[in-house]
Amino acid sequence: MSHNRPTRLAFDVGGVVLAFVLTTLVLVAAKAPPLQAFYNILLGAAGNWDVAANVIVSWVPLVLATSGLLITFTVGLWNIGIEGQIILGGVFSTWALRTFQNSSLDPALILAIAVVAGMAGGALWAMLAGALKTFGGVNEIFGGLGLNFVATAINLWLIFGPWKRPGVASMSGTLPFDPKLWLPTLTPESRLAPASVVIAIVAIVAVFALVQGTYFGLRLKAVGRNPKAAYVLGVKTWQHMMAAFALCGLFAGLAGSMQVLAVYHRLIPSISSGYGYLGLMVAMLVNYSVPLAAPVALFFAALNVGSIQLPIVLKLDSSLAGVLQGSLVLLVLLTKGAKERLLGKAAK
Amino acid sequence: MTNEAIILAGLAGVLFSAAPIVFAVIGETISERAGVINLSMNGTILLSAMGGFAVSLASGSLILGFVAGAAIGALVALVVAFASITLKQSQVAVGFVLTLLCRDLSYFLGNPIMGQTGPRLPQLVLPGLAQIPILGPLFFQQDIMTYLSFAVVILAWIFIFKTKAGLELRGIGEKPAAAYVRGSKVEGLRYLYVAVGGALAGLAGPMYSLSVKAGWKGTISGLDGIGWIALAITIFGGWNPFRAAMGAWLFAFLQWLGLVLQPSLPGIPSQVLQVAPFPLMILTLLLVNLGNAEWVERSLARLPEKARKRAAKILRAMRATPPAALGTPFEKD
Amino acid sequence: MRVELREITKTFGSLRANDAISLDVASGAVQGLLGENGAGKSTLMKILSGFISHDSGEILLDGEAIDIASPADAIRQGIGMLHQDPLDFPPFRLLEDFMLGASRAGGGGGAVGGRKSRRSKRQARKDFIELSVRFGFDLDPDAWVDSLTVGERQQLEILRLLWLGAKVLILDEPTTGISLPQKEKLFATLKKLAAEGMTILFVTHKLEDAEYLCDQVAVLRMGKLVGSARRPLSSKDLVALMFGKELPRAERRHASPGRSVLSVKGAAIEGPRLSMAGLDLEVRAGEIIGLAGMEGSGQSLFLGACGGLVQPVAGSFCLDEDERRDMTGRTHHEFRKAGVAWLPAARLEQGLVPGLSLTEHFILSEGMKGLFIDRKRAHELAESRIAAYHIKGKPESSVESLSGGNQQRALLALMREPLSLILVEHPTRGLDIESTAYIWGKLRDRCAEGTSIIFISSDLDEILEYSDRVLVFYAGRVSPPIEAESLTVERLGGLIGGAGWESLEGKGSNVA
Repeated sequence: MSHNRPTRLAFDVGGVVLAFVLTTLVLVAAKAPPLQAFYNILLGAAGNWDVAANVIVSWVPLVLATSGLLITFTVGLWNIGIEGQIILGGVFSTWALRTFQNSSLDPALILAIAVVAGMAGGALWAMLAGALKTFGGVNEIFGGLGLNFVATAINLWLIFGPWKRPGVASMSGTLPFDPKLWLPTLTPESRLAPASVVIAIVAIVAVFALVQGTYFGLRLKAVGRNPKAAYVLGVKTWQHMMAAFALCGLFAGLAGSMQVLAVYHRLIPSISSGYGYLGLMVAMLVNYSVPLAAPVALFFAALNVGSIQLPIVLKLDSSLAGVLQGSLVLLVLLTKGAKERLLGKAAK
Repeated sequence: MTNEAIILAGLAGVLFSAAPIVFAVIGETISERAGVINLSMNGTILLSAMGGFAVSLASGSLILGFVAGAAIGALVALVVAFASITLKQSQVAVGFVLTLLCRDLSYFLGNPIMGQTGPRLPQLVLPGLAQIPILGPLFFQQDIMTYLSFAVVILAWIFIFKTKAGLELRGIGEKPAAAYVRGSKVEGLRYLYVAVGGALAGLAGPMYSLSVKAGWKGTISGLDGIGWIALAITIFGGWNPFRAAMGAWLFAFLQWLGLVLQPSLPGIPSQVLQVAPFPLMILTLLLVNLGNAEWVERSLARLPEKARKRAAKILRAMRATPPAALGTPFEKD
Repeated sequence: MRVELREITKTFGSLRANDAISLDVASGAVQGLLGENGAGKSTLMKILSGFISHDSGEILLDGEAIDIASPADAIRQGIGMLHQDPLDFPPFRLLEDFMLGASRAGGGGGAVGGRKSRRSKRQARKDFIELSVRFGFDLDPDAWVDSLTVGERQQLEILRLLWLGAKVLILDEPTTGISLPQKEKLFATLKKLAAEGMTILFVTHKLEDAEYLCDQVAVLRMGKLVGSARRPLSSKDLVALMFGKELPRAERRHASPGRSVLSVKGAAIEGPRLSMAGLDLEVRAGEIIGLAGMEGSGQSLFLGACGGLVQPVAGSFCLDEDERRDMTGRTHHEFRKAGVAWLPAARLEQGLVPGLSLTEHFILSEGMKGLFIDRKRAHELAESRIAAYHIKGKPESSVESLSGGNQQRALLALMREPLSLILVEHPTRGLDIESTAYIWGKLRDRCAEGTSIIFISSDLDEILEYSDRVLVFYAGRVSPPIEAESLTVERLGGLIGGAGWESLEGKGSNVA
């Protein structure tokens, strides 16, 4: 007996509602006015053009990370190592800029090299996690986790060691690059680089095309749902898993690269800023479906940017955004479980 | 102070700073022995640190602070248990979300009390024992929670390996079907042990905010990441309380060594020593899982019989396996 | 303890696994339970041992009707079951495995002190050693469980059940995978226990075991009790009861031997519970080879080896075309490229991807080239295959929504053309007569084109009707290929149960 869509949808909507309820309770516990808090987040994200631009700036790496993760989720992998892959993307891009910044090459070419280098760095780091899994049997969760920490260490070592600012090493990262090596922004003051937005849009569309429309994507789906049967049907299973790692790393590296080239213009300790983990959350919330990823990522980015106002206006910590994001994913997950339990497998 | 005294003081400090991690890894070991991974450790420690500190600040009582921490840990663990045992969702997914959610909850709810000075666990010198040369300053000039950390390792080991209940715990995580046939209420026991494990991990938080790193400093508390390290050490510890505790002490020791040697070894970055547990963990996982890889199986099949049997034996000995049913829900078929 | 089953019935969906089965076993009797795979023996024993509950009927112990709510409940009432796959704890020590769960069963000490009570570890160890000595088992309480052989793990479990006070012992196919001396020891133990009053239920498919050990046997077929017999037992009668009468055979197709397609020489394969060695087989184009035997006797391993899914530890597998091709040690994909197809028995778990549509399966199997999916071509391909194989489903249908018969047709339709060898596990399991006839029609069409088939089946009629030659698998031994024409249901059934192997020429292969 399969239940109709409205019933199934009710569970998902119920999860979202419960998440807001939970967040409201948290606000009440913190003796904060809930409606005002939500309103301020809204203002902080959409109140004027500047903050709206910042939302887009924040959306770019998030949607890039999510795009990559959707590929690994398709093949059934938990690529927790994405944070490290973003970091390595930033590192490699920085390396490229540092290497070529004083050469006679055209700045546009240097930027292009840096982007490619970033993608390569992310892909390499991802394939390391992939190799550990495929040839070493090391679960990609712990392998990825370990590599995240190693990537952070490499990043910090570079910032405080070989790449440190002349004089005193600083927590604010390496020396900023010459403006000619910045991806051009909308206005001199904003951090929004149209090029990065275009890249992000191309990425999510590419992932959609890949997963839904290519033979490769179909094979990934088969491996993710039933590796044994996929093998018998002629699909090279471990090769496709490695390819998925590499592709995700490519996107992650691209995210890191954008952070360096378009946003910070240098390498900073928190170059990945948790976008990897947040991307995992977005992917989980949209139940791994590509079309919903971009809008939900935008919503999450808006929450992040909007909540920056909270400390200023209401003396609340901006981590409220994280509370709402986490609650959404948790409660939608729980209601999904309840739905499956109550309605049976037909509800899936 | 003599050199020896300085070193002893430093090592005593290692035991002191490792104590919270010991609680966390023992808790996770128990939970995983029952078959459930609690990936929320990082968030739990942050939340219980903040919560324990807040309660202690408000009530003036250290004990209440620790109780609150344990309760928070147990509560979060129960959410993981509920989602994975009853609702049959992925343990990894739930644990991961909770990690982030609890972390953000701790920052948000802890905002008002940031930077405040709260009660601090006093040192508890054990008379008589503290005078023993070498061992005295090392072990017996600590605080009560550090003493308890020693005790919890021993108690956990005795429980898991020497009691009937511990035998049953191992059985559930190893082969729930066989345990079920022998009358164990697998699901109920899993809930119990996950909660116990969570409570122990929940004690780690207040041990930081009320002792080792007293106070609550929000995002710069330095506590973010400790939970992940504890998970890594649990694996390194091979689900054995003593080995896990050794891992915790080794980790704290390496951190201390990094600080001490830093001035004299400018070439080696401090970050190297700080991330040491992770390559170690990856190496451990590699060695332990080698027998499972398909290419290894195929190569084994090509060997002559004697060599094959010997290789299989070696691989089996290395296989410090996790509880065989770890991560899988129990289906009463 | 006297065990009575009255009109036990259990239905799973539309399948009646047990149909009003009644059985009366006196104290101290050894009751054999015979039947093919799927006859209902396991279901019945699962009911008695508390794993599942029956739909109707009664269970009486010593004349008193009882309710068995769970396996723990069963052992509390004195019913102990020895499972085919030992339910023990490999990383534990023997003594720990022995003691785990005793308190829930009301304490240990049953067969030792006669009365159960809470035992300390020291007492448990004493009890263990005493029981071990009494039955002549050589078990060290401090050894690790995973260092034991299957036979020794059985001994451990028997000791444990005795210690928990079992008065009824159910054994499910206990002699699979144990050595001869261990089997003799087991039988000696069982006879001793029976003499002491233990009621024993012995589930098996091996006729000689039943003949040697049992006082009486009950034969199940398709969920019903079709007959019973008392000592002295004759395998002829038992086989007739188990497998039924000879059906009039359909007209046999005479295969004209073509060129050699698969050549197996001296192969040895090791599985988790058994090893086979000295396997030889030569398959010719257009031939059909049937692999007969009870499940778990090695047929799946052999079939897998023929397809590169299982690696042999010795010997060679060569696919002959016009030149010999040694495929030993190659991967399944290489076999696939060489024209070998493998169809699993677990259709949805091993052969099809749930969540993907029929069209998507065809796309994958065909290995269509290009970047973007050519939906039009894929759709046409799917439609043509669906029509060719009369699959009741649309190209967009997801495979898990198809019925079993249609899933099997889909598996057939996924095979490419041309093929030199088709390896199929249980081609018609769970299918009705119409689907069965259709599937075999399609397979035979392939044979006419020169493709050879090796198939596994538990249905003797199917084996006899469609095979040209038959290999019988029994306890790690494989018969030489037997002409199907020369086999009767009786003889084949006997071979499957272990009777009549002496009459085969010495070319058969051995237990390792």
